[in-house]
Amino acid sequence: MNARPLDAIAPAAIFGAGVLIAWEAVVRLLHVPVVILPAPSAILDRFVHSIPTLAADFIQTIQGALAGYAIGCGAGLLVAIAIDRSGFLQRGLLPLGNLVSALPIVGVAPIMVMWFGFDWQSKAAVVVVMTFFPMLVNAVAGLASAGAMERDLMKTYGASYSQTLFKLRLPAALPFIFNALKINTTLAMIGAIVAEFFGTPTVGMGFRISTEVGHMSIDMVWATIVVAALAGSLLFGLAAFAERRATFWHPSYRQRSDR
Amino acid sequence: MRNILPIAFILAALVAIWYVAAIFMNLSLQRDLFANAGRDGASFSELAAADLNMDRPKLPAPHQIVAELNRSVLQTAPTSKRSLLYHALVTLEETLLGFVIGAALGIGLAIVIVHVGWLDRSMMPWIVASQTIPIIALAPMIVVILNQFDITGIVPKAVIAAYLSFFPVTVGVVKGLRTPDPLQMDLMRTYSASRAQTFFKLRAPACAPFFFASMKVGVAAALVGAVVAEVTKSEDGGLGARLLAGSYYGQTVQIWAALFAAAALSAALVSLIGLADAIAARRMGAAR
Repeated sequence: MNARPLDAIAPAAIFGAGVLIAWEAVVRLLHVPVVILPAPSAILDRFVHSIPTLAADFIQTIQGALAGYAIGCGAGLLVAIAIDRSGFLQRGLLPLGNLVSALPIVGVAPIMVMWFGFDWQSKAAVVVVMTFFPMLVNAVAGLASAGAMERDLMKTYGASYSQTLFKLRLPAALPFIFNALKINTTLAMIGAIVAEFFGTPTVGMGFRISTEVGHMSIDMVWATIVVAALAGSLLFGLAAFAERRATFWHPSYRQRSDR
Repeated sequence: MRNILPIAFILAALVAIWYVAAIFMNLSLQRDLFANAGRDGASFSELAAADLNMDRPKLPAPHQIVAELNRSVLQTAPTSKRSLLYHALVTLEETLLGFVIGAALGIGLAIVIVHVGWLDRSMMPWIVASQTIPIIALAPMIVVILNQFDITGIVPKAVIAAYLSFFPVTVGVVKGLRTPDPLQMDLMRTYSASRAQTFFKLRAPACAPFFFASMKVGVAAALVGAVVAEVTKSEDGGLGARLLAGSYYGQTVQIWAALFAAAALSAALVSLIGLADAIAARRMGAAR
């Protein structure tokens, strides 16, 4: 697979191009009105012409998403390390953490908008709440994943708690932590965009979507969605890239280069 | 069952933290209220007591939310628009309709993808990639587009719920149907099993854990979709509409009550699927 990456990408690329061409053809041949579905060419046109607006929206939304992502993931990791020493707390927090990840947390958006105002801080707060629990649950599971043998070895070395933590258990937890980091990139974008539906200064991707829908300029909505999709994929890609660099030793990456 | 004590402890700690937070977050607000009423120099305990029973607190105390839930669920007729139960049922209806559509489509597509090689190579990367983009951003637009076709009421919201639950279900089921290893597939071939037999006797049973896991994710996603869709189109009620109305009028207690109702709904749906999972696992002979 590694030898010819084109083989893996080509079918997907052809399929994607096919969908775009079919979309363009359907819109043109059937004269679908723009308010229902604009053609890809129209969306591209709109995209190119509105780059300043889209860029301003993107910056507004991404700063909330990134700030919240950093704080939420960081806090989740720290709390995981803090409760790691107590089996009692772990047994209590894990089921609750799992439950929370099934809850519609985006619903806290109106509350956060009330607490932190209309600007990006309230969006960051929503993202903090959304990203905290996936990181907590994954990091706790990851810290528990170092085997008993390895821990015993550390003990025979007379390693202190922090040495065991930094040299054995945190590295062993990395695949779990990166899993949470990847899930959280999507959650951060969702949180930041949905929170803007509840109130925002007159800039931001969620704001743009909800107002342009109101004005029936659907091509602008699609252009914003293109930005959201690119941003989401880019963030995810960055997290996946970092994972590959940091956990190169993990079997899921090692096997491939062996073959 | 040994987890009950720790869970109870954590819950109790959370409630305690919540009360402390409520007292302090509402303190300045309550001090202003007292000052306006001409009651200067109220002691801290007076402030704190009044704090926990404000009309529009910054953070309502847990007992206020329970009281609001009690008032709007048990004390109000379920048919009234002021009943939270009425709104919860609207959301439940949209969620279930959307989830059934989304899960059916997702499972169908997963089965096709597993059996048709070129679809797998051409579509699967897109479906996996779609997990990384905030597709919920499409919600307001879908409502408007369907409106153009005179489709209103619960259907547009169910469509968004379906849309959100579709992708995780597809990805999970494809993964599950792929779990049988080459040895087992070869065994089926030596039995000269047909594709249908391989599917029902090997692939489908092997898929069960993945199936239920993706159903749980899917139903939770469907509920989020329904709630967000209700925010963008709030005339027909639903928990999302209650959230929005609460945020317009600063009714924090109402927002929290709607949030708790949505959480309870989500937890109930997920645990129903968990129950089905446990029953299926037992009937399939899993040692639990």
